[in-house]
Amino acid sequence: MKFLLQRLAFYLVTAWAAITINFLIPRLMPGDPVQALIARFQGQLDTNAIDSLKALFGLDKKQSLWQQYTDYWAHLFHGDLGLSFTFFPTPVSEVIAQSLPWTLALVGITTLISFLLGTGIGVFTGWRRGSWMDSLLPVTTFISSIPYFWLGLIAISLFAVKWPLFPADGGYDNSLVPAFDWPFISSALYHGVLPGFTIVLSAVAGWILGMRNMMVTVSSEDYVMVAQAKGLSERRVMFGYAARNAILPNISGFALSLGFIVGGTLLVEMVFSYPGIGYQLFQGVGAKDYPLMQGIFLIITLSVLAANLLADILYMLLDPRTRREA
Amino acid sequence: MAVTASEVAVLDATETPAASKRKFRFLRGRKTVVGLGILLFFVLMAIIGPWIAPYDPSAMSQDLLQPPSGSHWFGTTQTGQDVLSQILVGTRGVLLVGFVAGILATALSVLIGVTAGFLGGLADEALSLLSNVFLVIPGLPLIIIIASFVTDAGDLLIAFVIALTSWAWGARVLRAQTLSLRRRDYVEAARATGEPTWRIILFEVMPNLTAVIASGFVGTVIFAILSEITLAFIGVADISNWNWGTVLFWAQSSQALAQGAWWWFVPAGLCIALLGMSLALINFGIDEFVNPRLRTETGGSRKVKMRVGFTPVARTGTARHKETRS
Repeated sequence: MKFLLQRLAFYLVTAWAAITINFLIPRLMPGDPVQALIARFQGQLDTNAIDSLKALFGLDKKQSLWQQYTDYWAHLFHGDLGLSFTFFPTPVSEVIAQSLPWTLALVGITTLISFLLGTGIGVFTGWRRGSWMDSLLPVTTFISSIPYFWLGLIAISLFAVKWPLFPADGGYDNSLVPAFDWPFISSALYHGVLPGFTIVLSAVAGWILGMRNMMVTVSSEDYVMVAQAKGLSERRVMFGYAARNAILPNISGFALSLGFIVGGTLLVEMVFSYPGIGYQLFQGVGAKDYPLMQGIFLIITLSVLAANLLADILYMLLDPRTRREA
Repeated sequence: MAVTASEVAVLDATETPAASKRKFRFLRGRKTVVGLGILLFFVLMAIIGPWIAPYDPSAMSQDLLQPPSGSHWFGTTQTGQDVLSQILVGTRGVLLVGFVAGILATALSVLIGVTAGFLGGLADEALSLLSNVFLVIPGLPLIIIIASFVTDAGDLLIAFVIALTSWAWGARVLRAQTLSLRRRDYVEAARATGEPTWRIILFEVMPNLTAVIASGFVGTVIFAILSEITLAFIGVADISNWNWGTVLFWAQSSQALAQGAWWWFVPAGLCIALLGMSLALINFGIDEFVNPRLRTETGGSRKVKMRVGFTPVARTGTARHKETRS
């Protein structure tokens, strides 16, 4: 329990830091890009919207920094992230609410697949060090050095343009109305194959390497030798003794690499025009839509923190040492 | 945690006295040599690229969207620009940002990590919290937001932003290492003889961290290069500066995929992957130098096929053999 509370406190501090960074960025940068945006949309914005933008981006120079800060928090607690200029006049929170499920589904499913696949392959390559499987390592190194978005470009040019097996962009067939019925879900799955494949291919290499190196380290431990000396079957030693212990660092490694995976997913979404949060960020960057960009940064950070907390809980369940400390 | 494998191993390595000859032994690995070779090639391109480029990268011509040919090795773009020249000229920016960001981030991580590890107590708590916060906040979205608030983001500024967001991992590993070195006998001896703290850190502790610092540096350079290319690709960085990301940006925005112009985006991506792989190989070289268990190729003498996992007897046997040979 103590472990969990400590982690919880840490994530609260991190969330606070992320929000404060978000607060400070527009105020520390030279110039007032948001002022220019407001000027451009003059007349179309009601006073309420202008007020919230002023509070979020610190345009009211008469206020002290502290007043601005408390104002900022007040707006955040009301779920007010300002208006998006790209999707004018939709509030940022609404844009995010629409696109977040897409990203969560994409990241969630691909992470699960690449974790299972990568850890599995890593167990075998680590256990049979020196066999042909070692030649897999240079290949994975090469793949993990390829940027996610370029792999996406190649996937499109091969499987959507050259051999049109899968759609090149979008998250579902445009003729369908989003709903929880079979035509829509199957269309969404079909559109998700290429982006998902791209992410899995990029992400799996990290898991393989991490798991292999842990397996190599663990397999020379005494308890593995004891298990072998007892004459247990190789399978049992490999999974029940070596892999079981090697997987723990891989899970805590997952927590740390999650931010990286999410960043990669954002890029893949941009390439595939996938209706997730990364594509919205891309459009926001193109239109210099600062409220949208900042809102998306906050949501991404908070989601990553939540996922980290989940990984910690999982770790606690798997590793009895964290429980005994309590 | 994920780093425990190499942490443990670094301890092993630092315990043996490092004769000056053995410092460069990691150069003997095949991986390291291949990695250094590729890196050297790109460094050469960065230096002489702008001079040997056959055309002006921005100059338009009548050869619109030509596939690779004798006069245009990598083909031409939609406006008749030479892709090879764009890539040659762009190499300098890529490497410059990568290495500047790598150096800055490594300096920051050494400063924060070693200080935290060596001082301990409250300073350690505060600095570790800081680096953990930066570790969990997803880096890429943060970089995108900061870079897009700056109106004309030049190469150096981008490098600076990347460095600010990517030092945390190195700091964390260095802190763990320093913690374990801090109570060693030779450090205690130095303290007893009245050496000032800065001298102990610089001359007693730091030399034993060289491998960790080097591998952190190489890792940061990979991250910096990928981030920078990503920024150029989504159009946040200044697109009038040629780099590989800019090439991909124009390819993507001119629908190169739909037109089947593979030569427009394949070379840039391959260059990124090759450069990334060379750096990753160098890092493996460092890791294996530090942790001999991770080696995949143990030299020609090793013919033993280990079928049932590893028995420690076999392992020490080969290790001793290796010692006498070198």
